[in-house]
Amino acid sequence: MASGDIDVAYVAKLARLALTPAEIERFGTQLGALLEHVDRLAGLPVDDVAATAAVIAQSNVMRADVPVPSLDRETVLRAAPQREGAYFRVPRIIAEDA
Amino acid sequence: MEATTARDIARSVNAGETSAVERAAAMLERIDERDGAVGAYLAVTRELARESAERVDARVAAGERLPLAGVPLAIKDNMCVTGTPTTCASKILANWVAPYTATAVRRLLDAGAIPLGKTNLDEFAMGSSCENSALGRTANPWDLSRVPGGSSGGSAAAVAAGEATVSIGSDTGGSIREPAAFCGVVGFKPTYGRISRYGLIAFASSLDQIGPFSNTVADAALLYDVMAGRDPMDATTVDRAVEPSLPGLREDLRGVRIGIVKEFGLGDLDPEVRAAYERAYADLAALGAELVEVALPTADYGIATYYLIAPAECSSNLARFDGMRYGLRVEAADVGSTYEATRAAGFGDEVKRRILIGTYALSSGYYDAYYVRAQKARTLIAADFAKAFEACDAIACPAAASPAFAFDAKADPVSMYLMDYYTIPMSLAGLPSLSVPCGYVTPPGAAGPLPLGLELSAPLFAERALLGIAHAYERSTRHAERHRIPAIPVSAGAR
Amino acid sequence: MSATLENAAGDTVEIGGVRYEAVMGIECHVELKTETKMFCGCRNVFGAEPNTNVCPVCLGMPGALPVPNELAIELVVKAGLAFGAEIPAFSKFDRKNYFYPDMPKDYQISQFDMPLTQGGVVPFWLPDGSHGSCRLTRIHLEEDTGKSSHAGSRDGRIAGSTHSLVDFNRAGVPLMECVSEPDIRSAAAAVAYLEALKRTFVALGVSDVKMEEGSLRCDVNLSLRKVGDAEYGTKTEIKNMNSFNSVRRAIESEIARQAAILESGGRVIQETRGWDEAAGTTHPMRSKEQAHDYRYFPDPDLTPIEFAPNDVARLRADLIALPQARIDRYVSQDKLSIVQAQQIVDSPGLAAYYDAASALTGKPQPTVNFILGDLSRLANETGTAVSASRVTAEALAELVALVEAKTINSKTAKELVARVWAEGGSPAAIVESEGLGQVSDAGAIDALVAQVVSANEKTVADYRAGKTKVMGFLVGQVMKASRGTANPTLAEERLRAAIGA
Repeated sequence: MASGDIDVAYVAKLARLALTPAEIERFGTQLGALLEHVDRLAGLPVDDVAATAAVIAQSNVMRADVPVPSLDRETVLRAAPQREGAYFRVPRIIAEDA
Repeated sequence: MEATTARDIARSVNAGETSAVERAAAMLERIDERDGAVGAYLAVTRELARESAERVDARVAAGERLPLAGVPLAIKDNMCVTGTPTTCASKILANWVAPYTATAVRRLLDAGAIPLGKTNLDEFAMGSSCENSALGRTANPWDLSRVPGGSSGGSAAAVAAGEATVSIGSDTGGSIREPAAFCGVVGFKPTYGRISRYGLIAFASSLDQIGPFSNTVADAALLYDVMAGRDPMDATTVDRAVEPSLPGLREDLRGVRIGIVKEFGLGDLDPEVRAAYERAYADLAALGAELVEVALPTADYGIATYYLIAPAECSSNLARFDGMRYGLRVEAADVGSTYEATRAAGFGDEVKRRILIGTYALSSGYYDAYYVRAQKARTLIAADFAKAFEACDAIACPAAASPAFAFDAKADPVSMYLMDYYTIPMSLAGLPSLSVPCGYVTPPGAAGPLPLGLELSAPLFAERALLGIAHAYERSTRHAERHRIPAIPVSAGAR
Repeated sequence: MSATLENAAGDTVEIGGVRYEAVMGIECHVELKTETKMFCGCRNVFGAEPNTNVCPVCLGMPGALPVPNELAIELVVKAGLAFGAEIPAFSKFDRKNYFYPDMPKDYQISQFDMPLTQGGVVPFWLPDGSHGSCRLTRIHLEEDTGKSSHAGSRDGRIAGSTHSLVDFNRAGVPLMECVSEPDIRSAAAAVAYLEALKRTFVALGVSDVKMEEGSLRCDVNLSLRKVGDAEYGTKTEIKNMNSFNSVRRAIESEIARQAAILESGGRVIQETRGWDEAAGTTHPMRSKEQAHDYRYFPDPDLTPIEFAPNDVARLRADLIALPQARIDRYVSQDKLSIVQAQQIVDSPGLAAYYDAASALTGKPQPTVNFILGDLSRLANETGTAVSASRVTAEALAELVALVEAKTINSKTAKELVARVWAEGGSPAAIVESEGLGQVSDAGAIDALVAQVVSANEKTVADYRAGKTKVMGFLVGQVMKASRGTANPTLAEERLRAAIGA
């Protein structure tokens, strides 16, 4: 298990968080300390243990294909940071993936 | 107005002795007087309270008998209530008004509870002191220089300060139990899946649960009975009948086996704190309980396990806060930059830390070593409890290692995480668990006595037995009656 | 499982004197035909006013939770069973995490390593009459994203746009993703594969499969390799095709493009390329320097799907006779052409009608000719489906029998069809009661022939002089004299005999 060496700048990019260099350093130290604590998990005998998928085992919880009233559009768009007519307006997308 | 219980108020309103409107008005006045100093509320919903109270009075007049008729209720601000700002104490949602109501809240309101307002919390429920709120500061009514605990600090403080008869909070790793202990009130987290999470703004999906704060175990049982049960809007709610817990309240503990956890030895605690817990264990025995030593060998792995799983889930749950459809937007040249600027400005440090560590734990190359491994550790922890419960009916331990600490006392994040030592393992196993007042200590420098909480935990779905045990303990020890909160400086004018 | 590619006629190119073949796999996203979305009760309907079929769940609002649509799960399982896929006992939903403005939660609920179905084979007929097939890797279930339109650019594309507008009506619509193995070897096979998918999904009621409405989207992965090589070449992914024809053209264009690169000694770059319908070429789509790290993990808000053997058996029993099996039978047993077979199968209700009628007639070819000819024409004209018309399978069977026995001629048959279509009834009874039977008695015909010959001396003389075309006119006169009931073949025969031609 790797310990302590989290590439904060890379992870911040994945998480779409802009961080200052000072933050990158500060978080790096703080999270490094957490990861050191987390390292103790390496000592647990988990090879034959199943990962918990859900703490209360259930399956097949579903709903019938029956319509339910939707939200009123004005309510929805009123909350939008920016709207244009009936649409949410978002800043320009540069690449095919943002 | 003396502090009265939800049960008393409901009985009184149903009997026509008092009206919901009167009770609401009185409580709102109390909030106006005290909340300037306490800061439990982020928003007081006067109009909503008045309308709800009028509706309840009309229903009672028409002959209905409501389990929570006229009971003044405060709601943690990570739960959606239609028409109310629902902020999670975060800048990123500071102006967001919820268009729908959480199922658990709706059930309480349908039962006659009166919503007074939304209470403060650590931002997105991440924290153990309420200091991570970006929108306000909540003080512990027992000592205004100390924290109320977290993350449901506002809900706990509101009840402790008499600014609500009951309140609801959410608990992911201890966020109901720890502030309940710090504020000297009852705080109860049911089995995972008992109460719907629909409308509870998610922090860690496999751990979050809503639960009540109250002055008595009976009130907590009452609220639990109203809220619990399958919800078609939440696929993780369990399809299992809810046995009403109120009838299960008992007066003694004869025949009950209480587990004392070997790994939770009291030796490292401050002597005054240790003495209080030793007394609490003795009190349980005096009620007829058999104290049994049980082992939780993986207890020490709880924090490491939790601080991988919870952040991983939260990193995904909080991705939706991106400035596109609601909430704060910090507009930049393009979508990518807008995401980054919005989330940088909108989230506080603790939230950012957890998003970062969570993203890391899920990322390619680390997923197996961190996230999967933690879920395996979780299996071991749950297995430990299952084994322990073969020998006992409930486990007793401290809810926290110390009473409420002063603001800024725990600047280092990991030292704050360690506050959840006693509560995290039960969360990981999904167990029902509560904190009930069990005494007081007066540390050097404290203005007066500070409450301590006894944590009681039971097997999955054993809420009825758990509440029964807690009630017996509470009724016999009557700790809540031994001290009052100090006088709170009155603030002029409405909030 | 070995690839059973019976279609050897793939698209090949010669590069530097060596034969290269095109190797393709296809990924399809198919919107399911359910009333509601995958995880909430908003309506699943195309073409609604923007942002009117939305709710806290499909908008990714704080506190909302997903609950899966039971029908969507059943439809995917049926789709898999239709192609012989395996339905694992245990299946789950995972979160696929990435940011994009049409993603309400900035993660998509999908299935990563435990999809609803695994394996399967899609058989298809190619236009040249050969048979092909393509293995399926898996079919899984996920939710669709919202739809963004880009404002400010000349052509509505992202490049050059100033901002985008997002409609979340489509967000959360259940999407079936069908991933094929790289068994496709030609553009024709790709189209045939897609048509086979469409035909089956429409027959099952799983989806409308309309590329122009976006209920079918597909990406093609294409590479070239030397014929006989086992290793795959570098592949490109082609997106943005909005019709089967586009798919064909895009594949042809990409094969040519890759061949040219290899021919000039270059290397094909692994990239995503978008098809430009107007330009008739593919262009590289800009993608991030780093590949997406989707950080898949099981969705803690959802329970797994567990199938007991009798659940699967029940769904399998629900499957109606599938189109491909029908087509195979029509072609091999009934000797219909592939086109005829596909037409019968593709029109709702027609296959059952054809089956009923041909069972009664015992004569598939004339039966199908009536159905695809006169009956289909009348269906188009009147807006009534053949199978819903007054020409019952029994009526059609009578008609075919009358024609085969030469009791009526084809002109009479046509008139009868129109009449029964409009009024109903039994053709045999009508022929009997109105004496519409074709006159085939030689003596009666000879009488008419004599009549016509004597009334048309000049024409008969022309015919004898070599103007053979006028025979048609003379036959027509016999038909007229008989009020259409003469057996035209016999009429011509007797005319020739009479004229001495």
